[in-house]
Amino acid sequence: MIHSLFMVNNAGDVFMEKHWRSVIHRSICDYFFEAQGKAATPDDVPPIISTPHHYLINIYRNQLYLVAVVMTEVPPLFVTEFLHRVMDTFEDYFTDCTESAIKDNYVIVYELLDEMLDNGFPLATESNILKELIKPPNLLRTITDTVTGKSTSVSEILPTGQLSNVPWRRTGVKYTNNEAYFDVIEEIDAIIDKSGTTVFAEIQGYIDCLIKLSGMPDLTLTFINPRLLDDVSFHPCVRFKRWESERILSFVPPDGNFRLISYHIGAQNMVAIPVYLRHTMTFKEGSSGRLDITIGPKQTMGKTVENIVVEIPFPKSVLNVTLTPSQGRCSFDPVTKVMTWDAGKMDVTKLPNIRGNINLQSGCPPPDSNPAINIKFSINQMAVSGIKVNRLDMYGEKYKPFKGVKYVTKAGKFQVRA
Amino acid sequence: MASNGFQASYANERPGAPSSTGSGEGAAEVASDPASSSFFLGDYKKHDDLKQMLDSNKDTLKLEAMKRIIGMVAKGKDASDLFPAVVKNVVSKNIEVKKLVYVYLARYAEEQQDLALLSISTFQRALKDPNQLIRASALRVLSSIRVSMIVPIMMLAIKEAVMDMSPYVRKTAAHAIPKLYSMDIEQKDILIEVIEKLLADKTTLVAGSAIQAFEEVCPERNDLIHKNYRKLCNLLVDVEEWGQVVIINMLTRYARTQFVDPNQEDVTGEEEKAFYESDDSEEKCDPAGAQKRVYVMDADHRLLLRACKPLLNSRNSAVVMAVAQLYHHCAPRVEVGIVGKALIRLLRSHKEVQYMVLSSIASMSILRRGMFEPYLKSFYVRSSDPTHVKLLKLEILTNLATETNISTILREFQTYVTSSDEEFAAATIQAIGRCASSISEITDACLNGLVSLLSNRNEVVVGESVVVIKKLLQTEPTEHKEIIQHLAKLAETITVAMARASILWLIGEYSDRVPKIAPDVLRKMAKTFIDEEDIVKLQILNLAAKLCITNPKQSKLLCQYVFNLAKYDQNYDIRDRARFLRQLILPPGDKASVLSKHAKKIFLATKPAPVLESKFKDRDQYQLGTLSHVINAKAQGYQELPEWPLEAPDTTVRNVEVSMPWTQSSKKATKKEKKRSFYSSESSSDEESGSGSESSEEESGSEMSSVSAASSSGDEEETSESESETESESSSASEIAIPKAKVKPAPKEHVESSSAESETESGSGSEEDSSDDSSDEEVAPPPPSKKKPKEETKPSAMLLDLDDFGPTINTMPALNPDSLLTPSTASNQLSPSSSRANYSVIKIYTSTQTHEIVNKMSGAGLSCAYRFTRTVSVFSPKMVSIELVFTNHNETPMASIKMLASKLAPGMTMQEFPEITNLGANASITVILPVDFNDTTQPATFSIQSPGKVIPISITAPVGELLTPNTLTESDFLKMQRRLAGMNENSSSVDLNEGCEAQEVCNAVYSVANVAQIGSSDVNVLRFVGRTISSGSDALVTVAMGNKAKVTVNCDKMVIGSMLLKDIKSALANI
Repeated sequence: MIHSLFMVNNAGDVFMEKHWRSVIHRSICDYFFEAQGKAATPDDVPPIISTPHHYLINIYRNQLYLVAVVMTEVPPLFVTEFLHRVMDTFEDYFTDCTESAIKDNYVIVYELLDEMLDNGFPLATESNILKELIKPPNLLRTITDTVTGKSTSVSEILPTGQLSNVPWRRTGVKYTNNEAYFDVIEEIDAIIDKSGTTVFAEIQGYIDCLIKLSGMPDLTLTFINPRLLDDVSFHPCVRFKRWESERILSFVPPDGNFRLISYHIGAQNMVAIPVYLRHTMTFKEGSSGRLDITIGPKQTMGKTVENIVVEIPFPKSVLNVTLTPSQGRCSFDPVTKVMTWDAGKMDVTKLPNIRGNINLQSGCPPPDSNPAINIKFSINQMAVSGIKVNRLDMYGEKYKPFKGVKYVTKAGKFQVRA
Repeated sequence: MASNGFQASYANERPGAPSSTGSGEGAAEVASDPASSSFFLGDYKKHDDLKQMLDSNKDTLKLEAMKRIIGMVAKGKDASDLFPAVVKNVVSKNIEVKKLVYVYLARYAEEQQDLALLSISTFQRALKDPNQLIRASALRVLSSIRVSMIVPIMMLAIKEAVMDMSPYVRKTAAHAIPKLYSMDIEQKDILIEVIEKLLADKTTLVAGSAIQAFEEVCPERNDLIHKNYRKLCNLLVDVEEWGQVVIINMLTRYARTQFVDPNQEDVTGEEEKAFYESDDSEEKCDPAGAQKRVYVMDADHRLLLRACKPLLNSRNSAVVMAVAQLYHHCAPRVEVGIVGKALIRLLRSHKEVQYMVLSSIASMSILRRGMFEPYLKSFYVRSSDPTHVKLLKLEILTNLATETNISTILREFQTYVTSSDEEFAAATIQAIGRCASSISEITDACLNGLVSLLSNRNEVVVGESVVVIKKLLQTEPTEHKEIIQHLAKLAETITVAMARASILWLIGEYSDRVPKIAPDVLRKMAKTFIDEEDIVKLQILNLAAKLCITNPKQSKLLCQYVFNLAKYDQNYDIRDRARFLRQLILPPGDKASVLSKHAKKIFLATKPAPVLESKFKDRDQYQLGTLSHVINAKAQGYQELPEWPLEAPDTTVRNVEVSMPWTQSSKKATKKEKKRSFYSSESSSDEESGSGSESSEEESGSEMSSVSAASSSGDEEETSESESETESESSSASEIAIPKAKVKPAPKEHVESSSAESETESGSGSEEDSSDDSSDEEVAPPPPSKKKPKEETKPSAMLLDLDDFGPTINTMPALNPDSLLTPSTASNQLSPSSSRANYSVIKIYTSTQTHEIVNKMSGAGLSCAYRFTRTVSVFSPKMVSIELVFTNHNETPMASIKMLASKLAPGMTMQEFPEITNLGANASITVILPVDFNDTTQPATFSIQSPGKVIPISITAPVGELLTPNTLTESDFLKMQRRLAGMNENSSSVDLNEGCEAQEVCNAVYSVANVAQIGSSDVNVLRFVGRTISSGSDALVTVAMGNKAKVTVNCDKMVIGSMLLKDIKSALANI
């Protein structure tokens, strides 16, 4: 299983190492750096690098590489999934998982990694359990610790969750205000071709929860139209049998933030694309080109489209762009050649538009093809698939919780081929 | 490491320093902090400050020092010289310091073996600690310090930990096994025995780690799995996700050795057919398959597939992948389809996950095209994908191409060719070539398309097109003179070596089609020969040789020229080739050798066309989803996936003695049964618990009120499910055993139907395997025995799983038939100190004695009785569960019975039960009231408000109810007993009746104290162990039988000890 873990930053420094079996010298990372050097972008680094005696399985997230060293056969997804779980945990503990956050919290990071893996095999990965074992850094506690001279960041007893059949929930949770919030988030992945027809569109949905309920609540969540969800993955707390037979989500929730389910509505279903894009992009021989993009609403059910961002990764031969947006701000990164137009909210009476010139490097032939246009947007109070939560019931506790459901539709990997 | 440099950076960064003692506090802090002066110290005093801090007697300083040291370790800086200073602190009382010392030890102990030995005794002591977390972490560190000298100590510790009552410690023991094995392979045999024990463990927490140990130590020992196979399948859903992956992978290999190929009927002709048809249709329209002997899947094989199926919905991609590969390798072809959807879902995950899933799909899509065809569009490439993902998607698209979808795929390819990612564009051209060669209808169109790409501005695209055209022309029998001419023209301009070489080869091979051009090309090439790449040079030599044979008139001189140039080339391959060709083509001295006569046949023989096929074709040899599969090379420790056996090996090996498959087919079902049959324990035989529950249900059917039926099943999820199905209007009982069910007005009427219904419902509601399995076996369930429980207990002793302890455990006959009606949760998973230790046989005796606290007179028609359920409370393991039964004797329903303020002695806590909103006439309702008595016999005083009045209630727990059963080995028992001598020991003797049997004594003890009997070497000495529920102090009870029984109670808490003795004495005297 996992022998060692190295954390590498973008500059190529190994700033953290942890070994679960015998020590492997960090020079093993040279193989990784070699591969990293070959890759055009950090995303292109191959996830598995095999060296004569070791295999390096790495992930890239938050500008950091986590490089796990394994020596024997192991399902690679197992390692990848675990590394992402490590990242999730760090994000949970330090709100953002950056190099400096890790450097500031070496001890907690080390203690966490020690609890998460034993001899390279995952031991406790549920954040509720980890938080009981090792308390997240928190200002108030640091102050009390300083005053009392005691340290309370490590628990002396085994969290009861570890042994129970609800390992994801802490016991003895108490809140003065009992609240349960559900965010139904849907992301549209789409490829639109030049002429505006949809090549491919599907919906990736999540229900993210924030549960602050005392005791051991047992929740059931029902949908008005559960038939929409035929490809679902569940948090371990969801009772699968119940879903199978009644299409009801019945669960004892973990405490705090978690993702209850994620679902996928495939390309077979019709997806209503909420926006359209009118664009012309031409490159002329002789170092110039023109760009004109307009975004308009298509099927938005009367809701406003917000947070519109248009991104175009131009080819390397582009020197600069001079664009004037009708609203919002536009920027161009001369190194990555990415144009970003942050258009903000869509006003239906005056559609957002951007136009202007593209300057090519002199002497360079115009590119063969136009770059794809990536779009981001979000629409509140609408789930594009039409999914609706019917009701939430709570059993097992007697208080009345405050319940809230929010719907958001966002653009996921939304690409328009120009 | 230059220590100066280190000190400097150290002072700046101060890793791990909490802001309290960090730079935030300024000057005052600096003075008191020895570390801050380190900057000014010289080399020789390196780390002196830290040593000083570690030697101090202040925990805060030690902690601070340890934090810095861990910071150094984390950064990979050498901190080994601090070892002596650190190792001293292993005895620290401060848990955080201790933990950090553990971390340090695990890192450096290997390098400082002698010093590390100093810490061993501390660990040995910690291994005996009553706190399971401390036991577990001691074992973890002890096994991680990799000092070969301590192998025997580790072995001993592991052996002991495997028997530990805490599943968490047992899990840690399972992790320690591979550690020990990697240090000393000699120990394998003993370790296998230990693993065997762990495999038998029934807790989900242990299962995954036990299999992991099995995989690392003895993956070849399938025989160890046989007995546990069904249990593993049934536990699988509840195992933690990482364990699931390991178990499924292991079971895949197991299935391949133990079952026969489910697809054996249609093995023949499968390859060709599957090529054009979707797999499913083939299966259906294959009449040959029907005629052959009908394949019936082994029930165990089916069980595995069915147990894994729900896991396709796991959030963990590794689990989904594991199930997918199981289905790919072990399922009948028609069933594999279901994994497609789940795999596609994973494609939305992180890009690394995408990569690995795609490489598995690439492999699967060769064999199972039909499965992924509906999802074709999910493999469309986005320009934002990483290159390796793009290439895999392309590969899959190519594999999925058929006549029907090729036009859409080609349209996509057209977009990809213009991609700015050159590697991807080149791969697209290859993909087009593969499609063209496999689907003959489009070959010409593709060829034309490729030719048009030759005018592309991009070198790479042109080069790749040439190479692909070359391959296509070779497969195409028809002439394509224009294309070759076109290519010949390109030979001048194109710079990609591979493309040039391909053009030259083509011209040489088909020089008869372009007789005029060929020599001219050679002429031009001869001019640039010295500047060409090696691969091009070799092709120039080939071209020269071929032309020299077909057209010697025009090209012989050129040929000689080229050969002469090649003779002096730097590359010996080229020199060799030139020398060999010259001998063959231009033999010296004009006397042609035998070979050179046949030169034309040799050079211009028709060459077989290259087969354009998937790069993933040969990956099939590896198990899907493994590291070896992704890197396409055998990784160290890879276990070959065995071929299916022709004849299935003995299927009976998986039968577990005594128990029948239908009773243990569902773990949940047995769990439930266990809860219903109050006398059954984890280890009592399944058959017995099966019939037991049957009878208890019968009993309940006739005598139980519907409310207690609800509550008895209330604390298990699927029973609550079944319940809500039957009585949908009653709010279903929650997982926590607080039944809120409303009482129905006419209990007698409903009893029969509802309990019967809940019986059937729960049968079908529990895992489907149970019903299917039993239908497979077609075994009639044990006849519902109406026997009195007293009779039933007789076979129990012999049906018990006599494990290591081998004690004969006697069950308690029910003193009162009513007890059958009351819920008795034999064990609750929520409890850390629960009695779930499967190898230790613990009998749970449930006190059946109810005490009335409110009679119907004083309660204005409401009566209340209580009883100690002896179950572990879900609210806190320190609480004693008290069951309150409220009965309404009035003719009118009562509304709102609730608990009012409680008055408790300090240290005691109580969890209020929820308000009873409605209690029907003549109905009763049961609620659980958990109270933490804090190990005292102080009463829990509170009042209950009923509609009529407020009733004060006070409940005192007899001392025996403040205990919870525990297990110990006999030797530990004796050891502990010796420790608890003197003041802690109370003993007395009692007159026993003539012919009093051990069982009766046991029952008597059970009736007053919630303890567990443990094995004893002396038949006449009975030993019981319990621990106080709140503080966890041990209580040992020994009863030496004889005419005068001698009762000894050892307990940390003297008061409890003496009171317990008194209670037991009076119980024994009343036998």
